[in-house]
Amino acid sequence: MADTSQAPAERAAPVIAVRGATKHYGAVRAVDGVDLEVAPGELFGLIGHNGAGKSTLFKMMLGLIPATAGDIRIGGSPVTGSGFRAVRRKIGYLPENVVLYDNLTGHETLEFFARLKGAPASECGPALERVGLSSAARRRVREYSKGMRQRLGFAQALLGRPRILFLDEPTTGLDPEAIREFYLILRGLKADGVTMILTSHILAEIQERVDRLAIMAAGKVQAVGTVQDLREQMDLPLWFRVRLAHEDFHHVRAVLGGLPVLAIEAREDHVAVECQRESKMVVMQALASLGDKVLDLHVHEPSLEDVFFGFSD
Amino acid sequence: MEIRQIATLAGKEFWDRIRNRWVLAVALVFTAFALVIAYFGGAQQGTVGFRSIEFTIASLVSLVIYLVPLIALVLGFDAIVGERERGSLDLLLSMPITRFELLLGKYLGLAAALAFSTIAGFGLVAVVLSAQLDLTALFHFFGFMLSSVLLGLAFLSLAVMVSTFAADRTRASGMAIALWFFFVLVFDLLLLGGLVVTGGKYGGEIFPYLLLLNPADVFRILNIFTLDDVRTLYGLATVFPRALAEPWLLSLVMAAWIAAPLGVAAWRFRK
Repeated sequence: MADTSQAPAERAAPVIAVRGATKHYGAVRAVDGVDLEVAPGELFGLIGHNGAGKSTLFKMMLGLIPATAGDIRIGGSPVTGSGFRAVRRKIGYLPENVVLYDNLTGHETLEFFARLKGAPASECGPALERVGLSSAARRRVREYSKGMRQRLGFAQALLGRPRILFLDEPTTGLDPEAIREFYLILRGLKADGVTMILTSHILAEIQERVDRLAIMAAGKVQAVGTVQDLREQMDLPLWFRVRLAHEDFHHVRAVLGGLPVLAIEAREDHVAVECQRESKMVVMQALASLGDKVLDLHVHEPSLEDVFFGFSD
Repeated sequence: MEIRQIATLAGKEFWDRIRNRWVLAVALVFTAFALVIAYFGGAQQGTVGFRSIEFTIASLVSLVIYLVPLIALVLGFDAIVGERERGSLDLLLSMPITRFELLLGKYLGLAAALAFSTIAGFGLVAVVLSAQLDLTALFHFFGFMLSSVLLGLAFLSLAVMVSTFAADRTRASGMAIALWFFFVLVFDLLLLGGLVVTGGKYGGEIFPYLLLLNPADVFRILNIFTLDDVRTLYGLATVFPRALAEPWLLSLVMAAWIAAPLGVAAWRFRK
């Protein structure tokens, strides 16, 4: 675990550094001794069940909730205390279920937050365009759909050209097309060197898109690393889906017989072979030896969901 | 402290109240009530029409003591707790502003809306009555308007304080109504009750000072003592030492009533 919990190889000073962050509400340990580092320009995911402590940790990192114990630094500075204003100017935040002001138009909403952030008002138009809300800029937020509000909240987070983005469940309420556009924007920001940390409960959505992620459960970080790191840590079995030319199940069974496989099952139009990761290559070679008896072969890695449930249960 | 951010927050609160016509509605209520009182205030004595500025102000003082605290409390009771309950507070607090700046910005914006509607509402009355008012009367009316604003600001300060203590809007509204009952209805009764029970032996000397513990009473005294004719209309005036009735001194007390609850709110909201 020690290796995979480290930031990527370049070892630049972390933009977000959390040491032993703890938050107790009476006897409840909402966040319990969390250590976390996010490297510059990294897109970092934080996943966990509802109540795992993600949002509390987020709010602690933003300085909205004082920590019971521990040290949190953003860009090398503590997020509370005299230097907080300089730190906050570098931050963009999209809260979970963002609530904006119904009586303001989209453009007025951004103007309000731009003034609070000390960002020029000229950023508001381009920010609205970036999230696809230009045509609704003069409409009141009360007329916005859930997805539009979420996009406006995201545009708000982009004001002031933040170097660090905190995005709490950013794709809630977005349709698949908007989700795709959202991640395209994140890719552009990443290319500009912006560091991002996001939470999501849609694991399939983030597993291909984040550089690294942390799994939280019961207020603790259970595992940190790339999706592949986590798969290996969890040591979940993987399986082959083998389509054969003829009904030749017995032959396959004979070929794999002496090998360390966990299960061989004949299914409707294929044979499923399950094995541990370390046996993967041996099994693959054995299947290749079947030659043209094999029409097709798929390797199924455990999904992030499998990994997630493995760590959080 | 960053003035720019405070002004942004205050500006939003103020323009929100202009846009949803809160300011207009309150101003019209003040104008309507004041005109009715000015013209029909003497109806019980069999006279209709404008009588004198003294009688008008004396009647308006009674109206303002009920109405302004209520309006101020309703305006401010959810300033903080409302944002918290809606879920918009976290986003505001993530901005490069301090909690005190947020509190002060909200207070100043609401205060501007309340002051604006008070001055516009009663100002319109002064314009309507201007033909019947000489310069002295106008001066007195101006003093009345100013003290009404101060009274509103004091209760707004109490309301904002409530909004930092209450766990939700429902409780905040309950606390605001309780404050109104206490200061507007119960406080004087308690003081008088205390005087009567002790036969006036105890408390008689500190009685005037106790009145300063209620911004509504400070407002009443401020207006009573600026007008000789009005003073005689109020029994309370006879127990109040003139030395304590200096307008600047009473205004200072009112300023303390504005600052103190805000200070408590800031202390509470820091956590």
